[in-house]
Amino acid sequence: MPETETTSAGLPTLLLLLPLLSALVILLAHRVLKGACVAISLLSAAICFLISLMLLGTKDAAPILLPFLEVGKFKIAIDAIIDQQSRGMMFIVTSIGFFVHLFSVGYMKEDEAKERFFGSLSLFMFSMTGIVLAGNLVMMFIFWELVGLSSYLLIGHWFEKASAAEASKKAFLTNRIGDFGFMIGILMLFSANHGDVSFAGLKESFAMGPLHDAAKTHTVFFMIAALGIFMGAVGKSAQFPLHVWLPDAMEGPTPVSALIHAATMVAAGVYMLVRCAFVIEASPDAATAIAWIGGLTALMAALIATQQNDIKRVLAYSTLSQLGYMVMAVGLVAMQALGQHDAAAPGHPAMFHLYTHAFFKAMLFLGSGAVIYACHHEQDIWKMGGLSKHMPVTFVTFLIGTASLMGVPFITSGFWSKEAILGVAFEVKGASPLFWIGVATALLTSFYMTRMFVIAFLGKPRSEHAHHAVEAPIVMILPLLALAILTAISPWGWAAKMFQAMKPDHAETHPTVMIASIAALVIGTGLGFFLYKGKAQDPLASKRLFKIFANKFYFDEIYAVLVKVLQDGLAWLVSGLERVFVDGLVARLPAFAARRIGSASRLLTSGHLQAYTFLLGAGLLLVIYLVVFVLPQMGH
Amino acid sequence: MSPLEIVILLPLLAALAVGLGAPVRVFSVGSALVNLGLVVGLVWNFSTTGADKAGYAYVSSRTVLENPAIAFAVGADGVSLILALLTVLVALAAVWQISAEKPLMYHVASQLIAAGALGAFLCTDVFFLYAFHELALIPTLLMIALHGHGDEEHRKAVAWKTTVYLGAGSLILLAGLAWMVLEYSGGEKLTFDLTALKAQAAATPLPLEKQASIAFVLLLGFGTLVSLFPLHSWAAPAYAAAPTPVAMLHSGVLKKFGLYGLFRIALPLLPQGFQQPWVHQALLYMLLGNILIMGLVTIHQKRLDDVLANSSVMHMGYIFLGLAAGTEVALRGAVLLMFAHGISIALLFSLAGRLRSQLGTLELAKLGGLGSHAPAFTVLFAFGAFASIGLPGLANFAGEVMVFIGSFQTFGAAPFTPLQWAVVLALWGVVMSAVYMLRAYRGIFQGSANAGLFMTDPAFGQRLPLILLAAVLLIAGCCPWLLLGLMKTDLASVVETASTAIQEAAKAAPSASH
Repeated sequence: MPETETTSAGLPTLLLLLPLLSALVILLAHRVLKGACVAISLLSAAICFLISLMLLGTKDAAPILLPFLEVGKFKIAIDAIIDQQSRGMMFIVTSIGFFVHLFSVGYMKEDEAKERFFGSLSLFMFSMTGIVLAGNLVMMFIFWELVGLSSYLLIGHWFEKASAAEASKKAFLTNRIGDFGFMIGILMLFSANHGDVSFAGLKESFAMGPLHDAAKTHTVFFMIAALGIFMGAVGKSAQFPLHVWLPDAMEGPTPVSALIHAATMVAAGVYMLVRCAFVIEASPDAATAIAWIGGLTALMAALIATQQNDIKRVLAYSTLSQLGYMVMAVGLVAMQALGQHDAAAPGHPAMFHLYTHAFFKAMLFLGSGAVIYACHHEQDIWKMGGLSKHMPVTFVTFLIGTASLMGVPFITSGFWSKEAILGVAFEVKGASPLFWIGVATALLTSFYMTRMFVIAFLGKPRSEHAHHAVEAPIVMILPLLALAILTAISPWGWAAKMFQAMKPDHAETHPTVMIASIAALVIGTGLGFFLYKGKAQDPLASKRLFKIFANKFYFDEIYAVLVKVLQDGLAWLVSGLERVFVDGLVARLPAFAARRIGSASRLLTSGHLQAYTFLLGAGLLLVIYLVVFVLPQMGH
Repeated sequence: MSPLEIVILLPLLAALAVGLGAPVRVFSVGSALVNLGLVVGLVWNFSTTGADKAGYAYVSSRTVLENPAIAFAVGADGVSLILALLTVLVALAAVWQISAEKPLMYHVASQLIAAGALGAFLCTDVFFLYAFHELALIPTLLMIALHGHGDEEHRKAVAWKTTVYLGAGSLILLAGLAWMVLEYSGGEKLTFDLTALKAQAAATPLPLEKQASIAFVLLLGFGTLVSLFPLHSWAAPAYAAAPTPVAMLHSGVLKKFGLYGLFRIALPLLPQGFQQPWVHQALLYMLLGNILIMGLVTIHQKRLDDVLANSSVMHMGYIFLGLAAGTEVALRGAVLLMFAHGISIALLFSLAGRLRSQLGTLELAKLGGLGSHAPAFTVLFAFGAFASIGLPGLANFAGEVMVFIGSFQTFGAAPFTPLQWAVVLALWGVVMSAVYMLRAYRGIFQGSANAGLFMTDPAFGQRLPLILLAAVLLIAGCCPWLLLGLMKTDLASVVETASTAIQEAAKAAPSASH
């Protein structure tokens, strides 16, 4: 148990306060500051990055930063956990955060509302550091929702555009549905653990305290609690069936997609699940359900990604798919821990994949941003082509990212983290279907990434914009290079220390696992290359099966009907009934009486409403008089 | 003379002065500012010094009658100070935003409502508590009838409906109060003094069934004033039709009187009344009606004023949930929520009023794209809207989460108690709130502006009181302990009796449902 010390509160407090201050200053003074807003936000992101580096050298601690709610024994504070997991996550968040800020300086240069954009980015950094630091579930929930708000603001940055406005609303509401379950889970743990929802306290209770036994007797209760907590992650990490908001979130500016909807916020669900691993381990059924939801999301999203033509949409579905991988790993590790109980071992394959994925996916998104910027906001890959010659730096960094995502053996970070997850799937009893789902997803990943890469970067330009594309300015190139370096070195050298912290201990892989994943890579890449090399349109697009993929399994259409029927229809019905029954019956009598009194008093007075009201007041006074003075006399 | 008497008298004097022709802005806005300063000073002083042994500070009592014992007695504890603070904040914003061309009556009525609310919150004598509420009600109804929105026939109909509902509610309430006071007198001298009544309730409690019956009557009476389902149907049309300052003051402040009464009178004087399963369960059903049914009704609304009015009815359900739970955490959360709801709804009604006066319509389908024309207005609206849907960092969340946590404390019943089921359903209401608020926000501020329907930001002077309300939402949301700290020892006795009562009720509930 880390000691509670006040001295360790300094760095985490700064991490929270700096971006908050930046957001507040921009909100209040953006008219005066104008362009300086960009500098303020960038500076706060840079300092946060430095602080996170300093944090890497500190001891574990659990400082309390601020009071929040206090009633007698009941206390909920804004506190922080500094441990391996939060230090690593903080490094991911602040490093990518800083590079995205830098990239945005170039990308959003022409934007009329860039003050609002950078203010929202700072608000996001504040919320995200809060999630990373959170020492208890209520604090986690607070920043969870604030991240939702900043995501809402950033997706809807171009809110005049109907599609962006709708997408931001959809993201917030879908996340709210997840938060509904999250809150139920929190409340259940709160009641079970007698008011202590700190991660440390809960962990202790589950490990050897009262909840260890309670979990065995109240199995249904703890299954619901674990699934409730998981529901929060389903929303934030866009898992099936709440995944629909993430692809639409691509309506936001591309740097936002890189930072929030690829590397950090959507990974928060996984981060939170790993923090709460003990809750999931307490319920075998919940662990299995979580692993399957993750696996299905991974496969489904990969299938959809094979037929998307918008460069950002391909990456978005790829993100969904990789998040599914991570969630599957969370479930699998919990299933594994049921027998062996070594969940406390450092490193978690889900966190490991989160770490490697964050860098190369952020880089891929920024790369796509550079491409979109160069092609004058053209996002259709079929209207690109031949970009390798015009944009060499983007091309090389994109290539590194693609190779990592596909998991090119031994030299890429993505290979090691994917291997770790497949390894667990292979080991856990009864999870072999999930192992094969993982392999199939890996194959599909290689396929769709090759497809996109071949179409966008190789061959001949297929539009004017692609023909005249030029490399992005230096301020956008620098972050790309930095992220490429981070991606490349993440398994080696200096970064290996970080890597070690994230990497599971027993990462030696089984030959079957390695053969399967290398085979998946070779087949997927080969298929993608031969099918799409030199093509000007998709040869698969006319096939019926692939139409289903292109239409995302019709989730949006199905949900639109559900919302129409279950929400709007029900609302229509209920408000009709309310009018008829409540307003009709409960109000009929008073209304009738009112009309009577009205007509009666019209006889008495001139018909002014003042007079009626005066009468009412007088009547009330009369009643008061009767009650107070006459009634007591009657008793005597 | 107690400073509380000055706080109550000041708006009355302002109303009088303005009515007699004194300069409107100086006297009305000036007195509201002075009163805000006074109350903030009293709150500050209370937080550092504290209260007497009965839990009250600034106590003073002037006997009006010996038998029955009625006194103009004032006194404040944390709860009443929080509500007084709410009142002066909303009153300032309400009179500030009245434009110069409006008749004097706007100011007079607003000041009277503020005075009535302050009197009701700060009096410790049941008689005056009731009478002050009536004082505030009459100008409310008159303003709807005379200066409400819509054609004359419509607003008169609305005013009548409201009058009849609130009048009936007040009468039921009066009957309940009289019944209770008579029962406690036991044939001896009648007293309306709350402290004396509390002592009697502790010494010689009423029989259980009688407590339950009186509690139920009070619930109906107070409940009507707070728009408890199904006694709510006056509220939405009244707020939609009311002139802006009246909508702000009634939905933000005066409506809290019913809750305050339940809190201050019904709970401590009839601690076991709500323990009886039939009362408890009836309350749960009614508050779920507020949350779920009114939530759906709000989703169905097509105009901003209707959305806000119905949402205000819906959100009362969460405060009732805190009362139904009766635990210390839930009750204090409910008080916090009363404050938060008051500020946020007043802010939203004020903005809606400005929209209506500038654009002539509040129909969501006709509006759009205001975000780029009126950015400051948009930000202020966002503060109110996100506060009201319970976004952390703004005041309402702190209250809501305490109500939820406080209502969810028992563990072991398989899997949930009725109260916990109610919490789960109420949580779904939080999703519904987001649906209608974001739809409204999307309709008004996002997308492209319709031709001719655009407005610019209000001048900085007009923005000030709104910025004040938004800042209060932010401060109370980030530092809820500031307000929680005001509720000191004074709640404990009420809460303990109530929570043991509720626990017994929870135990009794499953057997009752079989």
